[in-house]
Amino acid sequence: MIAQSIVEERSSTAVPRMDAAVANPVEINDLTVAYRDNPVLQDIDLTVPEGKLAAIIGPNGAGKSTLIKAVLGLVPTVAGSVRIYGKPYAQQRRLIGYVPQRNSVDWDFPTTALDVVMMGTYGRLGWIRRPGKAERDFAMHCLAQVGMDGYADRQISQLSGGQQQRVFLARALAQNAHIYFMDEPFVGVDAVTERAIVALLRELQRQGKTVICVHHDLDSAPDYFDWVALLNVRLIASGPFETTFTADNLRKTYGGTMKAAIEHFQHFEEDRRGSRIEN
Amino acid sequence: MGGLIELFTDYTLRNVALGSALLGVVSGVLGCFAVLRRQGLLGDALAHAALPGICLAYLLTASKTPVVLLLGAAVAGWLATLLILQIVKHTRISEDGALGIVLSTFFAFGIVLLTFITKRSDAHQSGLDKFLFGQAATLVEEHVITMAALGGAALGMVALLYKEFKLLAFDAPFAASLGFDTNVLSVLLTSLIVIAIVIGLQTVGVVLMAAMLIGPAVAARQWTDRLGVMIILAALFGAGAGVAGALISVSDKGIPTGPMIILSLTVIVLCSLFFAPARGLVWDALRRTRQRAALAK
Amino acid sequence: MTTAIFVIVLTGALVAAACALLGSFLVLRRMAMLADAISHAILPGIVAGYFFAQGPNLLAGFAGAALAAAVTVAVVEALQNTRRVGGESAIGIVFPAMFALGTFFVSKYFANVHLDNDAVLYGNIEFAAFDVLIINGVNWGPQSLWVLGALCVVNLLFVVLFFKELKLATFDPGLAAALGFSPALIHYALMTMVSITAVGAFTAVGAVLVVAFMIVPAATAYLLTDDLRRMIAIAVSVGILSAAGGFVVAFIFDASVAGAMATMAGICFLLALLFSPSHGLVTRFKRLRRQRMRLAMENLVVHLLNHEHVAYEEHEAEVNHLSSELRWQTGFARRVIGLAQRAQLVQLTDGHLALTDAGRELARRAAATTVEPSSDLLAASP
Repeated sequence: MIAQSIVEERSSTAVPRMDAAVANPVEINDLTVAYRDNPVLQDIDLTVPEGKLAAIIGPNGAGKSTLIKAVLGLVPTVAGSVRIYGKPYAQQRRLIGYVPQRNSVDWDFPTTALDVVMMGTYGRLGWIRRPGKAERDFAMHCLAQVGMDGYADRQISQLSGGQQQRVFLARALAQNAHIYFMDEPFVGVDAVTERAIVALLRELQRQGKTVICVHHDLDSAPDYFDWVALLNVRLIASGPFETTFTADNLRKTYGGTMKAAIEHFQHFEEDRRGSRIEN
Repeated sequence: MGGLIELFTDYTLRNVALGSALLGVVSGVLGCFAVLRRQGLLGDALAHAALPGICLAYLLTASKTPVVLLLGAAVAGWLATLLILQIVKHTRISEDGALGIVLSTFFAFGIVLLTFITKRSDAHQSGLDKFLFGQAATLVEEHVITMAALGGAALGMVALLYKEFKLLAFDAPFAASLGFDTNVLSVLLTSLIVIAIVIGLQTVGVVLMAAMLIGPAVAARQWTDRLGVMIILAALFGAGAGVAGALISVSDKGIPTGPMIILSLTVIVLCSLFFAPARGLVWDALRRTRQRAALAK
Repeated sequence: MTTAIFVIVLTGALVAAACALLGSFLVLRRMAMLADAISHAILPGIVAGYFFAQGPNLLAGFAGAALAAAVTVAVVEALQNTRRVGGESAIGIVFPAMFALGTFFVSKYFANVHLDNDAVLYGNIEFAAFDVLIINGVNWGPQSLWVLGALCVVNLLFVVLFFKELKLATFDPGLAAALGFSPALIHYALMTMVSITAVGAFTAVGAVLVVAFMIVPAATAYLLTDDLRRMIAIAVSVGILSAAGGFVVAFIFDASVAGAMATMAGICFLLALLFSPSHGLVTRFKRLRRQRMRLAMENLVVHLLNHEHVAYEEHEAEVNHLSSELRWQTGFARRVIGLAQRAQLVQLTDGHLALTDAGRELARRAAATTVEPSSDLLAASP
């Protein structure tokens, strides 16, 4: 069960954002990223509106994770700009929560679940200042939100894959953000965790947060998200699922390399047609 | 006469024990971060690279004071780190290869300089050759004081930036996304490791310094799942091995200190790997045997 | 005197050749630090061998070293398999322990007799000419030449006879296993050869410098060619060249010969790192810059194409606006636009950029290469 959000209670203390009324949470203009000789992302123009649960979808090597990392300033960009509520990322860090891919860290690291979640508060604390009781309590609340408060003192390698993913989500919650970037949060998790993540996403949306997820599963995407960006080095299309998640756009995204993707889509379209008839 | 000898022995012993304990604490603490970042062998490369730096510093200044040698070692260490990074980034040579290349060529150059110095000056007057295997018996009070100052500064830095170093070791991209400059943190951590190496030069020597960074951390990791506890244990293990090895070597003139410290440390590492409460291999094996026995019934 | 010089240089060249023959595989298999560990860890083996043979018996030394190397490789792997210790930490624990054990025995039981600790590190190549092999009272000349010559022949035979297997196990261990060549067997065979070579080269160049001779020339060759045979040949040549050059340097400065030889190898590597025609940094940076400009031009035309039919075309296409839009420095933007104009991809009129037909074509092609158009496979599906 998702507890009433402490994030909400604390929103008033968060950094006030400028031009919130006019600026979108994320605005990417003409973004190009190259790795050595090859463009990984080319001339991306993407605006994600406020309050969306957005999925970034595309084949392997499409640059999905790179797009998130470029927004967060973790990879150098060749050209283009990223604006968070109308300002550069460096000025808006506090508004952002980040969930990296689970396999990006060494889970044998000598630390506990609670300690990992507390890392989410480090950005607010800044250099040198240590987390205190307030941070500890807040981290416990965040753990409780993902149903992991009973595991606070567990060493992180003694958690299941799904539990580890929930710890990562709790850490992002501890960032107390307005926009959440998540890199493949559903990969390799159990059914319980999958449901917990979905519930959490809905709860975040209810609070008016914006969530942007790299997602790989075309089947579940329309159920979990309400907004989509189709990416394959270039941005193919973006917008609400109904108008964007079309056979034509998917074909453009996956090219000839992934017949299965198109088949998936046809099921989806049949389902949608079916549900419409039911309605 | 006897009293004089005793006093001399006590004085030496005190310096040796203090110096070795200091080395153990500093390298144990910094080694934890190096090992957790999977950069243990970078310490090996840095230690070997320190040799030409020290020799050049001596050649240029004709001074053997620790601060001058530290600067030489630090410059060489930074250069070595930079080279390794560039080789890995821009060529298809693996990190393993880059470490091997930098380690062996820097050391070779150091040997050239060392033999050049030794043959030019009165034999062994410079005493730089002691840095190969370490000779704790040559520690005097002045050295110990400098080591304490350097080590204290390094440990103070770790205490100050504990949170940042922990985050860097666990999840560097996340640290960067929070606005911590991970490049600055990395360089800082590497520099602190260079300080540990310089402290270790006179006691352990460049060749075996890697174990001084890696050993205590690996041993400590077996006993706990908390980073804070691990760091304290590593410091204790390092200090224990340092004092034990140094005392053994002082008791017998012919034995260089470095090997004795490393052998003491190896005993600690093996005991930890086999007998640590939760992760000990012996308990693992016993558990498996018992399970097999239970299955057989 | 001249004989002595000849013997020293030849010894160095033989060490370099024997090491470089194996080094290419070590570099490609990412086993440089394992080789480093082995070269240190054979010390207690050699000492134990001497101890049991009650003197510096060569065969006993070889046997002890091979055993110590096998123990090292096995213990490192066992430690890694416990998952209690990271891969590189395992290496960093085992070799210092072995080496410390070796130096302890040396200083305790062999002090100043047959081995001394400094020579363990950087060898005794200077005395190569004086350590002669005497069998039945007949002087067969410097022992080091015989030992290292034999090593070269053995290593050459190993590499030539098992070239196919080594190559396969290096580049595709899965396929090698499937074809019936056990990658583990090849791994251990290579490790055995490394340990034998290390012990042979040990007395000449010492522990740390053995690694320099194994890794550095091979890494240099790796920057110069893409062909494995050529890589081995270049590695051997670089090694021999370093040996000769190093001797000259050592002679001039009256410094360690082995150290100077390995330093020369390092200089060769540095030169290749900077100036290799295919993989050098200078070439790379030049190529990267060219590619960056090309990419930027592509960016420019794609960007212009994307905004060609938008109402604010004029504004969007304006040079200054463009540089802020693509976040290019104004200077860089001007250079890109200049290049694009010269390539007749764009035209500039009153500060507004417009695509030429060629530019539009390039933009379409650039878009097409990054996004696959629907293929036959899709056309066939309903």
